[in-house]
Amino acid sequence: MTTQVLNSSTAGKTMSKTKLSFMILLLVGLVAPYAIYPVFLMKVLCFALFACAFNLMLGYGGLLSFGHAAFLATGGYITGHTIMQWGLTPELGILVGTACSAAMGFVFGKLAIRRQGIYFAMITLALSQLVFFLYVQAPFTGGENGLQGIPRGNLFGLISLEGNLAMYYFVLAVFVIGFSVIYRTIHSPFGQILKAIRENEPRTVSLGYDVDKFKLVAFVISASLAGLAGSTKSLVFQLASLTDAHWHMSGEVILMTLLGGVGTIFGPIVGATTVVTLQNYLSQGPLASWVPVILGLIFVICVLLFRSGIVGEIQKFMKKNFN
Amino acid sequence: MAELLGFPPQVLFGQLLIGLINGSFYALLSLGLAIIFGLLNIINFAHGAQYMLGAFVAWLGLKFLGVNYWVALVLAPLVVAAIGIAIEKTMLRRLYKEDHLYGLLLTFGLALIIEGSFIHFFGVSGQPYSVPAALQGGNNLGFMFLPTYRAWIIVASLVICFGTWYMIERTKLGAYLRAGTENPQLLQAFGINVPLLITLTYGYGVALAAFAGVLAAPIYSVSPVMGSNLLIVVFAVVVIGGMGSISGAIVTGLMMGLIEGLTKVFYPEASTTVIFLVMIIVLLVRPAGLFGKEA
Amino acid sequence: MKMLKKLMCSAIVSAMAASTAAQADISDNEIRIGYLADMSGTYSALAGPGGLEAAKMAIEDFGGKVNGKKITIVSADDQNKPDIGANKVRQWIDVDKVDMVAGMVSSAVTIAVNKVVEAKDKVSLVSGSASSSITNQFCTANSVHYVYDTYALAHGTGEAVVREGGDSWFFLTADYAFGHAMESDVTEVVKESGGKVVGGVRHPLATNDFSSFILQAQASGAKIVGLANAGADTTNSLKTAKEFGVVQAGQKIAGLLIFLNDVHSLGLETTQGLQLTTGFYWDRTPETRAWSKRYFDRTGKMPTMVQAGIYSSVTHYLSAVKASNSDASSAVMAQMKKTPINDFFAENGRIREDGRMIHDMYLAEVKKPSESTGEWDLYKILRTIPADKAFRPLAESKCKLVAGR
Repeated sequence: MTTQVLNSSTAGKTMSKTKLSFMILLLVGLVAPYAIYPVFLMKVLCFALFACAFNLMLGYGGLLSFGHAAFLATGGYITGHTIMQWGLTPELGILVGTACSAAMGFVFGKLAIRRQGIYFAMITLALSQLVFFLYVQAPFTGGENGLQGIPRGNLFGLISLEGNLAMYYFVLAVFVIGFSVIYRTIHSPFGQILKAIRENEPRTVSLGYDVDKFKLVAFVISASLAGLAGSTKSLVFQLASLTDAHWHMSGEVILMTLLGGVGTIFGPIVGATTVVTLQNYLSQGPLASWVPVILGLIFVICVLLFRSGIVGEIQKFMKKNFN
Repeated sequence: MAELLGFPPQVLFGQLLIGLINGSFYALLSLGLAIIFGLLNIINFAHGAQYMLGAFVAWLGLKFLGVNYWVALVLAPLVVAAIGIAIEKTMLRRLYKEDHLYGLLLTFGLALIIEGSFIHFFGVSGQPYSVPAALQGGNNLGFMFLPTYRAWIIVASLVICFGTWYMIERTKLGAYLRAGTENPQLLQAFGINVPLLITLTYGYGVALAAFAGVLAAPIYSVSPVMGSNLLIVVFAVVVIGGMGSISGAIVTGLMMGLIEGLTKVFYPEASTTVIFLVMIIVLLVRPAGLFGKEA
Repeated sequence: MKMLKKLMCSAIVSAMAASTAAQADISDNEIRIGYLADMSGTYSALAGPGGLEAAKMAIEDFGGKVNGKKITIVSADDQNKPDIGANKVRQWIDVDKVDMVAGMVSSAVTIAVNKVVEAKDKVSLVSGSASSSITNQFCTANSVHYVYDTYALAHGTGEAVVREGGDSWFFLTADYAFGHAMESDVTEVVKESGGKVVGGVRHPLATNDFSSFILQAQASGAKIVGLANAGADTTNSLKTAKEFGVVQAGQKIAGLLIFLNDVHSLGLETTQGLQLTTGFYWDRTPETRAWSKRYFDRTGKMPTMVQAGIYSSVTHYLSAVKASNSDASSAVMAQMKKTPINDFFAENGRIREDGRMIHDMYLAEVKKPSESTGEWDLYKILRTIPADKAFRPLAESKCKLVAGR
């Protein structure tokens, strides 16, 4: 799909700009819970991480996955289950959840990456439907009831996460780690090759790269981080449910990424923040039942008019006027 | 009666027949999707919403204008096709030059808008639509009681599916259509109005969805979400049949209905998932689908 | 420039949140009620917007104030999803300082919400849910289960059906907390009475097509097809059963949870003769008629037992707040438990230590079209099931709050 390719001459400058933006974002993140309801912020962070993970696949790998909900749900269910049944501490529970998502990502990837475009989207969708079925049937997920009352527990067995503030800073730390992984991936030689595959796959093959292997690694990273987001989310809300595994969730994460800007580093964060904020504040008021319609409208407008999303359009605007 | 595979035959035949009825819906819907994909190269994510629109037009027509079932069966597809044509002319048209995924995303957004608005006005619980008087009652087939209306569904959908197949494979119009799928530029050069052909094709595909919606109205209650879960299954059917293959869509639709019915006998919980399993296997073995041509 | 925009964005977000936080500060001088229910889905007709109206009536009848403090109500649609319901309630309590949650329909949502309410030490009044596990293994000290439960339904409808010779059953069960509880409570009754369960299928909530399930029920040879589902799932099952001629073929259908609105929307032609258990019927006493008339004037519909129960439970809560002059959960719960409930809804109702409100239930039969004199003249009451027989005895309870457990 169309994205902004960073001009190599401006790459250095953009990098330092990105770092500066990130520091500012981090500062905002550190003080935000004193002004805004922390649970809401945690939800934003979890979905932002989810969207960033998804963007790694679509924006930098050029592959539209319609099955990322499976990874989000797997992280959540496994973390919830291991904490409740095995008494793991939160950080271990999250690690196990993330590892399971990574393993599932490997299986999905193995089956799907040989295909492209619409076929890739359809295979990932089909696989995630199988996972959904698994979670409806498997006794450990609680079916339609979901896993309820997952304890937040004590971090490293020491620090209680029951309070919303403590939990918030933990989630922020998880987000920063996840985001850094993505940032490093994109700006490494590996990321450059990934972009090369997106732009011109045959050419990359002719340069001697094992394209499938690169795609597979990217897919596994994307799946693990989506799982990390799901694991963390299940601790925040203390429950894991089928909503996370439903294909609507896969559609939602596409919307977040598309709205913020596919293939931009901050786009998914902006998109996730916008969508979650809309859902949260509209669901209280008289517009509550219009939420899906508004999301649909955003989808249509993005596709027709702003294909590079909020951040992408801003970048375009800056380039045109200030370069 | 003797038992087949350890199951009483009334269970086996009964579920297979029910599967065939569901398969009729799959066939109608996947046929529309396949036609649209063949010529427009777009995965029409709004197909489920358009199916729902068909049922709602029938229901609203009956409630407010007294339009009966038989009239609705013709009228609703026309109304929904008109809406579809408007969508194609104003929105989809702008995306033909872009990546095909944008068509999928646009129609996904449209589906959200259409379904969301109907949920706002009608709620998700179904509206009742009664079976037309001529098709009430049923027959005892020995192994099961078959309501007349369900038999009518099989007949109606087979007729429409076969008619569409005949039109595309055996008539001049169909020849243009197939030519347009292969090489639109060349067809344009022969003086055929390709944009109009595209518009009408989209309209026809959508009309098929609406027709299925009217057929479904009396047995599934008319609800804004009736299409959204069905749609995902129909996607799988189209992919299994081979994207854009007309006969593939029809045959696969009916076949998947039967497989679903069979699964209901042996492992009912998996019946909604078995199609996705088939899809994965088919794609791994025959990437272009059962009836598709290798690209 | 980019940073500026970002900062502006976050400033807007914080301003939005700050405004809700500011409202929260004065909530200490307010009684805040959160009404949570399925407002647009499968279960919306039995509680939904009508239940919200009933809660508002209760507040208005109380004068809008308790001891000079204003009563306010907020509402939300849980869409029958436990995560949405629990998150909403968490936010209500944290941000909007809600003191009590009322309504609640899907049992899965209720169990999730009750966990949040217990952790935050607030109060929940459950009127819509059926699962008896809410006051059994999932009981909490912060919750009251008000109107009915699956135990009462099983011992009302289930027992009546078995008594008339329905001794072999096949279940169509909604595949979540409520359906499972309903099935197991009825199974117990059937087995106690010497009957047997020959099979069953579980279907997802809000299923569209029941034909294959009905076919299985027909093939099972059971005398009774028990519908352990509710709302639109029950009406759809009944419609499909009619289409496939289940009754003509000699089987009987037992709707285990049927509400007034279900019978009204299906019509007497389809439902006549069905036996059902209800906690309330509008046309039973002068008091029920008087209240239901007022409700009808506001909504254009007669109340279901859930909607009537919501009014009664909210009133009982407000009276308890008034009497104890506190909205702390322990004080209110203690006051509610020690005061008997005597109103149009219940005679000598009382709340047990496990949170179960016990009151008389009624076994009713749907009238024949020829017997009905009006649009809402739908039931005849066959007998009263006394309060102590209708609900699970404490001796069998698995609730952690019951002494000796």
